[in-house]
Amino acid sequence: MSGFGEPIARREDPRLITGQGRYVDDLGAGALAAAFVRSPHAHARVVDIDVDAALDVDGLVAIYTWEDLPGRVGEPLPLLIPHPSLTHGRTGHPLARDVVRHVGEPIVMVVAEDRYLAEDAAERIQVTYEPLPPVVGLREAADATRLVHDDVPGNVGAHMVQEVAGEGGADARAAIDAAPHVLEFRLDIERSASMPLEGRGVYARWDTDDGSLRVYSSTQASTSVRAAIAARLGLPPGKVEVIAPDVGGGFGVKIVHPWPEEVLVPWAARLLDREVKWAEDRREHFVSAAHERAQVHFVRVGFDDDGRLLGLDVRILHDHGAYTPYGIIIPIITSTQLLGPYKPGAYRVEFTSLYTNTVIVTPYRGAGRPQGVFCMERTMDRIADFLGRDRTEVRAVNFIQPDEFPYDQGLIFQDGRPLVYDSGDYPELLRRAKKLIDWDGFEKARTEAAARGRRIGIGIAGYVEGTGVGPYEGGHVEIDTSGRVHVSTGLTSQGQGHQTVFAQIVASELGVLIDDVQVTTGDTRRFGYAVGTFASRAAVMSGNAIALACRKLRDKALRIAGEALEADPRDLDITDGVVHVRGNPAAAIPLRTVAVLSNPLRYAFDEEAKRATQFAVSGSMDDPPIAPGDEPGLEGRDYYSPPRSTFAAGMHAAIVEVDPDTAEVRVLKYAVVHDCGRLINPRIVEGQIHGGVAQGIGGALYERMVYDGAGQLLNASFMDFLMPYATEIPRIETDHIETPSPLNPLGIKGAGEAGVIPVSAVIAAAIEDAEGIRIDAMPISPDEIFRLRQRAATGDAELLKRSRGRPVPS
Amino acid sequence: MKPPPFAYHAPRALAEAVGALAEAGPDGKVLAGGQSLIPLLNMRLAAPARIVDINRLTELDTVEVTERGVRVGALARHSRVLRSIEAARAQPLLTDALRHVAHPVVRNRGTVVGSLAHADPAAELPAVLAVLGGSVDAMSAGGRRTIPADAFFTGPLESALRPGELAVSAFFPGLPPYGGAAFGEVTRRHGDYALVGVAAVVVLDDDLRVASARAGYLSVGATPLVLDLTEAAGRRSPGSCDWAAVAAHAESLVDPETDIHAGADYRRHLAGVLTERVLRAAAANALERGEP
Repeated sequence: MSGFGEPIARREDPRLITGQGRYVDDLGAGALAAAFVRSPHAHARVVDIDVDAALDVDGLVAIYTWEDLPGRVGEPLPLLIPHPSLTHGRTGHPLARDVVRHVGEPIVMVVAEDRYLAEDAAERIQVTYEPLPPVVGLREAADATRLVHDDVPGNVGAHMVQEVAGEGGADARAAIDAAPHVLEFRLDIERSASMPLEGRGVYARWDTDDGSLRVYSSTQASTSVRAAIAARLGLPPGKVEVIAPDVGGGFGVKIVHPWPEEVLVPWAARLLDREVKWAEDRREHFVSAAHERAQVHFVRVGFDDDGRLLGLDVRILHDHGAYTPYGIIIPIITSTQLLGPYKPGAYRVEFTSLYTNTVIVTPYRGAGRPQGVFCMERTMDRIADFLGRDRTEVRAVNFIQPDEFPYDQGLIFQDGRPLVYDSGDYPELLRRAKKLIDWDGFEKARTEAAARGRRIGIGIAGYVEGTGVGPYEGGHVEIDTSGRVHVSTGLTSQGQGHQTVFAQIVASELGVLIDDVQVTTGDTRRFGYAVGTFASRAAVMSGNAIALACRKLRDKALRIAGEALEADPRDLDITDGVVHVRGNPAAAIPLRTVAVLSNPLRYAFDEEAKRATQFAVSGSMDDPPIAPGDEPGLEGRDYYSPPRSTFAAGMHAAIVEVDPDTAEVRVLKYAVVHDCGRLINPRIVEGQIHGGVAQGIGGALYERMVYDGAGQLLNASFMDFLMPYATEIPRIETDHIETPSPLNPLGIKGAGEAGVIPVSAVIAAAIEDAEGIRIDAMPISPDEIFRLRQRAATGDAELLKRSRGRPVPS
Repeated sequence: MKPPPFAYHAPRALAEAVGALAEAGPDGKVLAGGQSLIPLLNMRLAAPARIVDINRLTELDTVEVTERGVRVGALARHSRVLRSIEAARAQPLLTDALRHVAHPVVRNRGTVVGSLAHADPAAELPAVLAVLGGSVDAMSAGGRRTIPADAFFTGPLESALRPGELAVSAFFPGLPPYGGAAFGEVTRRHGDYALVGVAAVVVLDDDLRVASARAGYLSVGATPLVLDLTEAAGRRSPGSCDWAAVAAHAESLVDPETDIHAGADYRRHLAGVLTERVLRAAAANALERGEP
């Protein structure tokens, strides 16, 4: 069996792992190559651009600056997600006009016969800059003694407050003031990035005679890229095709669109009437794509003797870099998803989103949730330490209970809809996580390790993730006359396994063999209406749309088969692609024949087709061959549009060892209990979790964006940006529970981002537990642990309550 | 990330290679395993006018092990040297250190002599050559010369090789009887350049007391640092030696710098921790090897 729920192997892997993948840079071998002159300054005025020396390079085709861009091509890039609180949204131009605001901002596009020559020419272009004072880091941004944009006072792009009253109507600040216990602290998360192994890339072909454009882009949103290109280039959407071929990872960064290059490359291809391609290199990706995560959080919490939250007040400073093309989705998600599986009592959250002269900040897997979970779970750990209680007990008293769903947190979520949790069982997640990591046996393990001179610690953290945000996705399913099932959906794939899970849904819904099912994603030639792949939404949105399309197709197939078999469609079943009367396998007709019959023909192009021609079919001579309201062909198309998000959840726990001498951290054990509703394919869900946890460990222990005071990114390479290898990732134990979503026909919830979300919180808790020293900033390196130990030795670091008065670890 | 234009030579004989390098002078660069040069070219941090590719000079693909030590030819890859049982027997420190050089794919291409010629103070092999008192043989149109390790490493990514010279082999002296060695390093990720690494050699006398204790350090300065810790260890048996005190002494002598991965204080601390670990291990290794 290979239907819904089966842990089958990924069908796309044999192709991808034997080098048969087809990525943007595998296409267009004869295309011209584009390269860009990018700003070496974080903030500067472009005074002059001298291209004379570049003109000597053989093979140079064209050089473009902003002055060359006509009409809408040169306009500022769109602000994709406007929001009333984003009062000072700003976006860059495709090529810089006058002022550059981060290192890596594109200034000149060079087109040449190949990329080598394009880089040779780019190197010879002399740009004269008048450096301006840069704003780097949240402190400088908030101080606002220098401005990133002259017309944005205080560097403040957005400011937003959400507030929910507690029991009795008390606001959060009053509830905290009245609480028996109050804690107040600051928590920091640094910058990281999606960092897909394939960078961005665009390849464009203009067909002069047809007046049409085909664009291949390594994107997470091909339909919207098409809309953007059509608008900028003044082409009818029907004359623009955008295809996301195989995409080597996205993790959020490729949802941003149109990137400057996505406008410029197609524009140049049309202007030059030549194929043009740009494949981003790694250094470009570091300085000109997007980053995420950097936020500072000021938390104030009031609670009772049991650790029950009475009031929570969080102020957030969000660093959104030089521009805001993707709006303020990240701090909105942090603000709302911070609450996790808990009831906060009264809650107030306020964020200020600030400009800095650094690369733009847009969602990266988790998208603001890792920061929110870090706040809430560090808060839980602090309360437990303050009260001297087990950390899991404090969490348990604050849980939303299984009988309280749907549970309204009283906030507005990132989709503009109420933050209402649809289903879940948080106590069960905790129970299983404790079992999987052996929480109750840990003190014994700690003592035994200590006897051997080893220092270990344990941490736990939970999260709730709003997945499957709208507005919609669609699915189209068609069975051809050879019985093959062609499935398409408009959203894109970046390696998630859509070829497998969507086919499993189709196999189950239609009763066909999975080997007969072919899935196409992200190709506007096949499906023109779509939103994109982000927010753990593909399975929920397209999965349900495809299921609904299958149900339409199935109804039609049974109706036609019923006529052919002279049977009531309600008595029919489909098994292995054959429609048959239930209980009478002899009365059967294959779907491929149903497909023939579904399309009345005048011309018999083959033997099978004869059965559908006008002299072969019987029926009333007074009825039209196609009944009113019916359509030729055996296909179904439908859309799924949810009222609001569906909420997945999980609980992670880890045991780490910290070397008493070198402060190196090793994750000894990592456990995940996960609930994404009904599982389409447990194996793929586990793969998603493993990848997410690996990225989370990267964010917790290795990866950071090191900017110096001048706004230079000092580690813009894989040598110095420490993405973890397989050698840094422990074995990950997983367990699942399934609380089906009542919101969608398949009862599923998203799983794509889950793995990464709580990892920094878990690892911080475990290191803190091992060291007995408070951890309030992530990521953390051995050097920082070493310095924390030194500070603890001089009384300059906060110790856990349980370790106060004890000898400080050396 | 594409290299600027360069002229490319792929000689088939040593004399031809030396001739090409002589002609290129300061504009020439040798390509062996390419694990450092190719990234530098791609990032346009280096722009040599001529590249002399020595990968066809199979006569340099040699690992010769004698009683005196291990001589590695310029085309011998890390992985080949790492697999040599004879080399491991003659000089286990070389094998130990090679295990810490990057990853298998890098070791399959990168060469031992290339790593020495690149003279990265964060690399393992320069420190090993330095602590062992080895040497590099260089050939030019003018002839052949032997450059001792202490004269070979002249600065970060700078060696005593002159324009027109090709490093043809490196010699790693073997361990004497009652000699032991150990290597240790701390890296951020598996296979990364070390935050600090230490290669130690301890030699015992006939009474099994410490006759010599030397440690070579990587990532603590512009060139590999060698400390003679014999005096600090005293002429004691390994079991009665105060290795912690020796390490503390070593720690006071290193002066590493801060970079984005680790501060100077932490690096100095690691130097002390690793010194104690590898000296203990090297002394234990010496006792083992001395046993009949």
